[in-house]
This record gives sequence, C-alpha cells and structure tokens, in this order.
Amino acid sequence: MKIELTRQKVHNEFTKKVELISGQNLFACYQCGNCTAGCPVSFAMDVGPHEVIRYTLLGLEEEALGVNTFWLCASCLQCTSRCPKGIDIARVMDALRMVVLRKKERRDHIQIPEFPEGFLERLPQIAFISGFRKFLS
Amino acid sequence: MDYLYFPGCTLYTKAKNFDQTARNCSRLLGFELKEMKNWTCCGAAFPLATDNLMALLPPSRILATAREEGTVLTTLCAVCFNVIKRTNRLIQEDGEKRDKINNFIEKNYQGDLQVLHYLEILKKEIGFYQLKEKVRKPLEGLKAAAYYGCMLLRPFEEMRFDDKENPKLFEEFLEALGTQAVEFPYKIECCGSFQSVGSPDVATECAYKILGSAIKNGAEAMVSTCPMCTFNIDHKQADIKQKYLDFKPIPVFYFTQLLGMAMGLDPQALGFDQNAVDPMPLLKEKGFL
Repeated sequence: MKIELTRQKVHNEFTKKVELISGQNLFACYQCGNCTAGCPVSFAMDVGPHEVIRYTLLGLEEEALGVNTFWLCASCLQCTSRCPKGIDIARVMDALRMVVLRKKERRDHIQIPEFPEGFLERLPQIAFISGFRKFLS
Repeated sequence: MDYLYFPGCTLYTKAKNFDQTARNCSRLLGFELKEMKNWTCCGAAFPLATDNLMALLPPSRILATAREEGTVLTTLCAVCFNVIKRTNRLIQEDGEKRDKINNFIEKNYQGDLQVLHYLEILKKEIGFYQLKEKVRKPLEGLKAAAYYGCMLLRPFEEMRFDDKENPKLFEEFLEALGTQAVEFPYKIECCGSFQSVGSPDVATECAYKILGSAIKNGAEAMVSTCPMCTFNIDHKQADIKQKYLDFKPIPVFYFTQLLGMAMGLDPQALGFDQNAVDPMPLLKEKGFL
C-alpha cells in the first residue's frame, strides 16, 4: 500500500479527535509491538494495534479507519496492561470505533435483524449489551 | 454477617445456577447474600471513551442506591464487578465527573462503598484455610483449570484483585476444595467476550485456544467466574467440535457449583442442567455423585 505523508496530515484533526476521546498521548508510542504480540485476536486483524496507532498519529484517517483492527478489539486490556509506555491502547481502539459511529452517516458495525434465529435467546445479556454499546451508533 | 449483593441481569436468567449456588453456599458458610433493592443493569461495559458519561450513569446509580443500604457491595459476575468497581474508583478520583453524575442521577454519592467479588469474600473474610476445614466432600482427584479471563484482573491498578500476569487466588480456592488446580498459560487470556456478537468465529477461535491449552496441561474441567466467559468456553464447544474434529469437549463449571458440591449440597440443586457440556459423566467417574 502506497501511503503519502504530508506536513498537513501529521497529527491532524483526526488524530486530535482520537486523542481527545481516548485521553491518550499517541506520541508516547515507540512501536515496540508488545500490544500486537499479546493481543488474543490479532490473528484475525488486518494490521496490528501498534500499526493502527501509527496510522492515527500520522493523520492517515482513511487507512486507520479502513482496517478491521479496532472492530475486533474485545477490550480485554491485555495491550493496556503490557504497554511499556503506559498507553491505554484499548481506549484508543474504542475511540476509533466512536469516531466512526459518531459520524452523521451512523454506519453501524452490526445489523441486529441479521442475527440467526434463536441467537438472542442463547446469548447472555452482558454479551449483547456490551456488544451493542461497541458496535451500534 | 450479611453482604449486600448485586446479582446482575444474566444471573437472573441465563446463569441462574451461578446465582443460586452462591446463595446456598453462603448460608453454609455462615453469611447471607442480601439482594440490594432497585438494582438495574450495570451497562455491561465500562466506557473507554473518556467523554461517554452516559454509560457511567447505570453503575453510578447502582452504587448510590446500594450505599443507602450498606457499605460493602458484592458481585459474582466478573463483568458487573469490573464495571461497578471501575466506576466507583472514577467517582472517588474525578471530582468533576462525580458532580456531573450526581447532578444527573439526583444523588450525592462520594464513592465510599467497598466493591468486593465473592471470591474476595471467601479469601479475605473467611480465609481459604478455614474454608478447607468446612469442606465436607473434598473433590479429590479432579484436575480443574482456573480460568480468570480479563475482567477480574484488568486494569490491575484499578481492580487490585491479584497479580496481573500470574494470579494465584483462584487456584488457591480450588485447592481448598480438594481439587488439583491445573496451571496453564492461557488462564488470563480473553475468551473473545462480546465479539461473540460482532465476529462469532473470532470468539470461537479464542475459546479453542484457551480450552486447548488447558486440556494440553491435563485439565478435566474448566472453572469460570463469569457468564460471558462461560458462554464462550462452554456453549461454543459445539462450534469448536464442528471445526476441529479431534476436539474433546470438557465441562465448564461456575466456581460456586464446585464450592457447593464440596460443601455437600445436593447435586440436584447445583443447576448442572444449565451447563452446555454435561458434567455428569465426569462427576460420576470421579465418584462425586
């Protein structure tokens, strides 16, 4: 993938918005990859959490929001617990979800009517309540 | 002594066996779980977006209501425990948010409630040594894997439950019951959590790795503290079996079910019919029934 960096893009409005929602300083990240190494769902991610943080820091909104990484985050906080720089990475992933869900298009990540029959009856309430909070606008 | 108790939605419906066994065990151990009045859903996810105050309102209201009845609040579900304990700490530390929340829910709660998990009561208030003496039917010969998951432990600075990488509390509990606690490297890994709504296949894969790791280390059963983990590692074993043909299902217990059995409760009252993988053959084989 060819990525173009410009002075206008680096740490732009998008980056600032993610930093504001997550309350984290993305400049602290030195790309060690500890978050990605410990992430239990990184096997299914397009790119690791540390790469998404880099995209975000460089202001590459399209690239950062175009991957499935933050949608797959289960907020288990393993990355947060192991980050040597003290960044709460799970908060950054949640902030990226919020950036998408708060846009006026309201593009939900899941569609409730598409659930298979009997799905809601089997699943514990805590799973779909927390799921809806993470995936619906 | 009685403990004010917040059951949570799932324990009232899909994890009734968890709730009932805990209440019955408490009586045998000499305390009562007193259900708090007017409880609601805790929201099931601590809001990670710092500006999302709305999601803090349900747990704050629960805390404020509970404070009117007592000074300690107990939970069983690890998710509720996480949400309520983290919210309590936020109310203690962030004066600005505390005022906003109190203003909205029309209460004056200052964060002066102690939030405890049932396992913490067993450890700190009763003690595992004393618990061991109260065990009537030790579960000798059962190799059980203590599965912590994420919610009890993380974030470490706020939960202060046990060590963040190698916790021991749950194993000590299982050993007090007479079982042989199995060590396995995936005991603090995530089960996939709410991804069973967003990406069910990913959650199945997470569960397979956890179960596989426990089985490889000799586990005959898994023990859980959370209805979400239990759904992913118990109910999803049917999906795992379809994908990995050589996978052999193992039963998953709530820790209170094993506690109840060791305390001599009638096996009929332990709600094994709600477990997805039938634990009866294993329990018969071990001579516990």
